[in-house]
Amino acid sequence: MWAYLRRNPSLLLGLILLGLVLAFAGIGRLVWDPSLAAPLSALPNQRPSWDHPLGTDRQGRDILAVLIVGTPLTLYIGLLAGLLGLVIGTILALLSGYFGGIIDSLVRTLVDVGLTIPPLLVLILVAVSVRTNLSISQMALVVASLAWLWPTRTIRSQVLTLRERAWVQIARLSGANHFQILFFEIVPNLFPYLTATFVGAVASAILASIGLEVIGLGPIEANTLGMTIYWVSYYAALLHGMWWWFLPPIAIIILIFVALFAISAGLDEFANPRRRRAV
Amino acid sequence: MRLQYIARRLTLLLLVVWVAATLNFFLPRLGGRDPIRQKLVQQAAAGGYVHTGIEEMVQEYNRKFGLDKPLWQQYFTYLGDVFRLDLGYSIANYPRRVSDVLAESLPWTIGLLVTTTVLAFGVGTILGALLGWPYSPRLVQYLFPPLLTLSAVPYFLLGLLLLYIFAFRLRLLPLFGGYTPGTFPDFSINFVLDVLRHSILPATSILLSSVGFWALGMRAMTVSLEGEDFMTFAEACGLRGPTLFFHYVIRNALLPQTTALGLALGQVLSGALLVEVVFSYPGIGTVLYHAIRQFDYFMIQGIVLSVVLGVTFATFILDLIYPIIDPRITYQSR
Repeated sequence: MWAYLRRNPSLLLGLILLGLVLAFAGIGRLVWDPSLAAPLSALPNQRPSWDHPLGTDRQGRDILAVLIVGTPLTLYIGLLAGLLGLVIGTILALLSGYFGGIIDSLVRTLVDVGLTIPPLLVLILVAVSVRTNLSISQMALVVASLAWLWPTRTIRSQVLTLRERAWVQIARLSGANHFQILFFEIVPNLFPYLTATFVGAVASAILASIGLEVIGLGPIEANTLGMTIYWVSYYAALLHGMWWWFLPPIAIIILIFVALFAISAGLDEFANPRRRRAV
Repeated sequence: MRLQYIARRLTLLLLVVWVAATLNFFLPRLGGRDPIRQKLVQQAAAGGYVHTGIEEMVQEYNRKFGLDKPLWQQYFTYLGDVFRLDLGYSIANYPRRVSDVLAESLPWTIGLLVTTTVLAFGVGTILGALLGWPYSPRLVQYLFPPLLTLSAVPYFLLGLLLLYIFAFRLRLLPLFGGYTPGTFPDFSINFVLDVLRHSILPATSILLSSVGFWALGMRAMTVSLEGEDFMTFAEACGLRGPTLFFHYVIRNALLPQTTALGLALGQVLSGALLVEVVFSYPGIGTVLYHAIRQFDYFMIQGIVLSVVLGVTFATFILDLIYPIIDPRITYQSR
């Protein structure tokens, strides 16, 4: 494991960065009081000081506490939506790639159509039509409603090549049924590929959720990273020069994206050793 | 074969528009909100009215917007309207039509988006090819880590950072808007310069992060070309470096890059809309943002529909260009 990581610097870097983010949230929760993340728990508009290392916002939240509470929430939305997207995508991809026929043309058309429409717009429609005050999990569901499109397309093309491999043919000749071939011959070989797709799906789910939150369609009462950015633009913190309010959340978001990107690039190499030099 | 390819693309185009229109029609109605009643009650409250007579007004408006008919009938009327590009009225600023508002804001978005996408695609592609090409200058290789990081950063966050540094701290560039408030849009040199000055920051934030995206894709393609038979052959023929690079590497690696352009359009656009919000740029992103805040249904629907139309048409045109670059595509009967 360690030996492999040393040969795959991009995976190592990604894991370290993600570990840093998780450590910040985990250790932070132990040494800092998360209840300070509620509005009116401190004096508003304070610069960073010993009492509030990252200052406070316009509504009297302690920014450090907000970040400690918000980082896991944002990651949770991404993980849940990414997981749902991956599961639905894998099932559809297996059905359409393995069995072909009408299901295949249906799924393919659906994905082609879905990927042409800009995702943010559909999500906006969904979020506007759902009643106000989404919970965190509902937010994840909204994002997941489109998160399966890309996994379906990429996994399907992978299933298509696996289906024709010799060991699958042998299994078929040995009288294995479709279920056995799918779950004992194809899925295990798909596994490294699935993990890479999963990381990609999580990253795009987080991106989509932050995008929705920034335009005010997020969970208003939760302190996710995206909602923090929303309040920043709502109260024009930029024009008041309150750098302590928006720089730290932006830094954490960027850290998360770079980490996920590096991990998925590293996993890609693991899943597909021919791409050794390609990223 | 050729005809079949175009027919398939055209069907996809119509299908996308139909799906978008249908989503547009049904999604907001699933929520069970009553935008007209909400708006009227809100206005009444703002004006200090008593709530009598609101019921009649709601019914009157429902009749006016055709909301009292059965759902299927509304659906077909809507599809008909969409076909004629009739997007209805804005609820928030009533007498104005959605299409008028769009006509005002679309040029800003299209201008910003087309310029940045073309630039980013061009620069990114060349940079990426240089990054993957083993004989390119050392200097280029140092660009790889920053490009990679930038490509992972969402456009609008980069926008926020740039806004803070260059507009707020250094006061080099304007803080918001598409032109200085108080000036009137015309075609004088001063106004054009003013617009350019306002568009530098939004354009840069889109450019910086999308250049990275294109460069990474192109680099991966260039690297995978290495060791291909035709490359070995060309080298064996003794072709010079630049010939190899421009005629063998770039031409071949460009094919998947062009497909990626079609696929990425929607993503780029979503990101650009948010950038507009950050800079209060007068394009449709900002209009959409305000429409969402005011629950202006028809406005949201109109924007979603027109943007989908724009993206599908762009994709369709790319699809038509693609077989000219790569003739093999029409022969694959998928």
